Amino acid sequence: MAGKRKTRERDEGEAVLLSSRADVSRRIVDVGRGVFEDIVRRMRKPSLRFPIRALTNVKYDPKTGYFEIRGKTATRTLSYNTVKTFAQSMRLLATTKKDLLDKNDIAGKREIYYNSKSWGECRFDEQPESDTLLDDMEAMLGVNREQIGYIPEERGGDVAGPLTVVDRNPSTGEVIRINCAKLGTGAWSIPARVEHLEFESDARFILVIETSSLFQRLVHHRYYEKAKCVLISMSGVPTRACRRFIRRLADDRKLPVLVFTDGDPYGYCNIYRTLKVGSGQAAHINRFFCVPQAHYLGVTPQDIIDYKLMDATHPLEDVDIKRAKDALRNDPFIRHHKEWQDALNQMLKMGVRVEQQAFAKHGLNYVLDSYLPDKIRKARFLP
Amino acid sequence: MPRSNASSANAETMARQQREISVSEFFLKNRHLLGFDNPRKALLTTVKEAVDNSLDACEEAGLLPELSVEITQTGEKRFRVTVMDNGPGVVRAQVPRIFAKLLYGSKFHRLRMSRGQQGIGISAAGMYGQLTTGTATRILSKVPRGKLAHHIEVQIDTRKNTPTILKDAELEWAPSFPGIGGEGVPAEPRVYSHGTSVAIEMEAHYVRGRLSVDEYLRQCLVANPHLQLHYRVNLLDKEIDNEGQATTPLVEGQWVSWKRTAEALPKPPVEIKPHPHGVELGMMMQMLRDTESRTLRGVLSEDFSRVSSQTALDICTRAGLDAKANPRRIASREVETLYKAVNETKLMRPPTDCLSCIGEPLIVAGLSKEIDAEFCTAVTRDPTVYRGNPFQVEVGIAYARPGGGGGETAADEPVRVMRFANRVPLLYMAGACAVTKAICGVNWKNYGLAQPRGSLPLGPMVVMVHIASVWVPFTSESKEAIAHYPEMIREIGFAVQECGRRLSVHLHRRHREAEAERKRSYIEKYIPHLALGLKDVLNLTDRDEGRVVDHLRRMLERTHLEV
Repeated sequence: MAGKRKTRERDEGEAVLLSSRADVSRRIVDVGRGVFEDIVRRMRKPSLRFPIRALTNVKYDPKTGYFEIRGKTATRTLSYNTVKTFAQSMRLLATTKKDLLDKNDIAGKREIYYNSKSWGECRFDEQPESDTLLDDMEAMLGVNREQIGYIPEERGGDVAGPLTVVDRNPSTGEVIRINCAKLGTGAWSIPARVEHLEFESDARFILVIETSSLFQRLVHHRYYEKAKCVLISMSGVPTRACRRFIRRLADDRKLPVLVFTDGDPYGYCNIYRTLKVGSGQAAHINRFFCVPQAHYLGVTPQDIIDYKLMDATHPLEDVDIKRAKDALRNDPFIRHHKEWQDALNQMLKMGVRVEQQAFAKHGLNYVLDSYLPDKIRKARFLP
Repeated sequence: MPRSNASSANAETMARQQREISVSEFFLKNRHLLGFDNPRKALLTTVKEAVDNSLDACEEAGLLPELSVEITQTGEKRFRVTVMDNGPGVVRAQVPRIFAKLLYGSKFHRLRMSRGQQGIGISAAGMYGQLTTGTATRILSKVPRGKLAHHIEVQIDTRKNTPTILKDAELEWAPSFPGIGGEGVPAEPRVYSHGTSVAIEMEAHYVRGRLSVDEYLRQCLVANPHLQLHYRVNLLDKEIDNEGQATTPLVEGQWVSWKRTAEALPKPPVEIKPHPHGVELGMMMQMLRDTESRTLRGVLSEDFSRVSSQTALDICTRAGLDAKANPRRIASREVETLYKAVNETKLMRPPTDCLSCIGEPLIVAGLSKEIDAEFCTAVTRDPTVYRGNPFQVEVGIAYARPGGGGGETAADEPVRVMRFANRVPLLYMAGACAVTKAICGVNWKNYGLAQPRGSLPLGPMVVMVHIASVWVPFTSESKEAIAHYPEMIREIGFAVQECGRRLSVHLHRRHREAEAERKRSYIEKYIPHLALGLKDVLNLTDRDEGRVVDHLRRMLERTHLEV
């Protein structure tokens, strides 16, 4: 039954995420039509509505397993103050439709920024301006920017382990099989679009790692053979592609997901929380970009005591303390899980944070020889 | 008692050295008192005195004044000033005394608004010329009915303060002024059947700028819109001729002419009797002695203004004096009691219809001619009184158009102040003048101008202040600054504040308009882009795109630009 539900959701996700470009194009025309009607027929100032993308506008339901957006929307009505942004939005919509969707092309965020330089005084002065508008547009259209043809600049993440990814040549459709266990000392990079990928694997679980240096160490010592797991490095907050890849792999192969980050509020509340339930910023697409089956392996505050790491810690900085307190007060995910509140409170009380590499104190390979096997055996993870 | 030394003075020897000092001698030694302290100022003072006299004469005779001023360089440091008018002319017998006797004139003994007051000016200029170049003052004058004009050259005998006539002839002469043509049409010179021309040669220095003859004449035109003026300067040009000798040929300047902007003479000022509160003790004694009345009551009611027969009786009673007493006897004995009683008695203020103001419209016209103003306003206050003398304050301000001919004003410099007393421009000693003090005392920040503490405000603006009075209280005989009477400073302040309030309304409106304009251009910049985006999305026709632009412009301007 559960399997069926997941399959259906995947199909739905597939459908939404792969919703045809013609469909998105139609939605853009609808928005434009609304604006035009407002101006010419209804003789009133046009406005655009966006869902508010922030933690205040999400709710967490452990049954669905992700941050779900609530109904709050913001309205941008044309006025003296908004006329520039409004004009830019219109031109951005036009460019998206004409140059990307209709021509089946793709563009990076920075390319969009440079593309606007041909718009005269309407151009974006700095890239953050165009990034914000892109996010707004994405939310307004209720789609994911990859669908519209915007590719993120960031890398998706690295994969190694007993997994064969079935990809296709974009032009010929020919099947390409990538065995992630046979890449030597390297790894396979997650592409920007992952919906078409298929998987073959006999791994027992997925281990997601924050830093690429620890990932390298595990790959170097072929930890994935010993533990029979797929290793994925996120390099900080996971990108959408990375999140979607983990989700699809976990769903497809029915694998549990374990997450191993630095033991600090950023690792807990930003990296892990985003991976598991999504973010406020991308609230409208969280249902596809979340990994509800993820569990937190470490480093937990208790690990600092259990593995005698106290002398390998750093004091919490002001930003860490602020982040932890904010999360305790405002983050719906943390507020739902008593265990996480206890962990954060414990960390605040100890006043220290710890990095993944701290285990090197007990020897360079202590982490893969002792810590990871021990934690996995005990299987006492944070939700 | 010590024996007197042979060489030491005694009363007799001292008496031999004691003799009368003539006013001329006094002023010869103290010429700075009359405005002849340096060559540059001497030139200006001479022009000023001659122009003042001409204007006073024309107005008193009811003639619209037309004047020409010519400055001709005759040597490295020598200049000849010639001022010619179309006035009534001067009777031959009076010429020497008017032009070569100090303290001789018609204006000192009466209380009537006029430019000249003491009868010193033009004679002092002549005396200065005589002192520095040895030349005489040359006068040409023609009265309307006379056939010929007089040509008289006079000098002043400084010992006796009497004129010495060097030449006295009759000749064919009539004042003639360059014509003011229309568009490219050279006009005929204008010839009058009457007028006077004065020429004085002196050591002087010609400059341009704020303290120059040029500036004086320009300001004169602001305060005297009924004046038609011609002006030229002829300077020697330094050249080296063929033989390597330096020569200095005279370069004749071009006549510059200003047409009059008002075709009517100012309302002629009325002569008034002194007001008792404006009279000092000594003056009162003199009046009591000089009177033709037989009784004290008579002298009070007839020789003073605002004293009725009944009031005169009240004063006598208050002073405990017999109303029928002989004024001459009172003058020597009880005058102090009388003086006290007069000052304790409440009297009507002196009549103020004796003053002739320029008027708000003509001030605005004059200022607009002087600077390219985007805003110009003027306030004429009702006449009031200081120390028994009526006076009236007029203030005009002109705010320069940005980028226009600012008339020597700049946004970050102190405003330019033009001071006038009885229509005469005051150029020197601005810092010591009541006008400057009053302007500095106003809080200009309220009106949208920057103002360093206690100083003139900053801005591209001209402030013009005119004080009309039967007796303008100058700080010195050179008539450069007005004394700080509180009543006067207060009146100037009120007028300046009223102008300031109007300016602030204007500046606020301009600020709002500029803001609206900025918003408009901002909106207009982006509307076409919005429409273009829509057009691309919806494949609109050009006509629909145009409608979008039109609608948007109207909607946004309605909400954001209604001022």
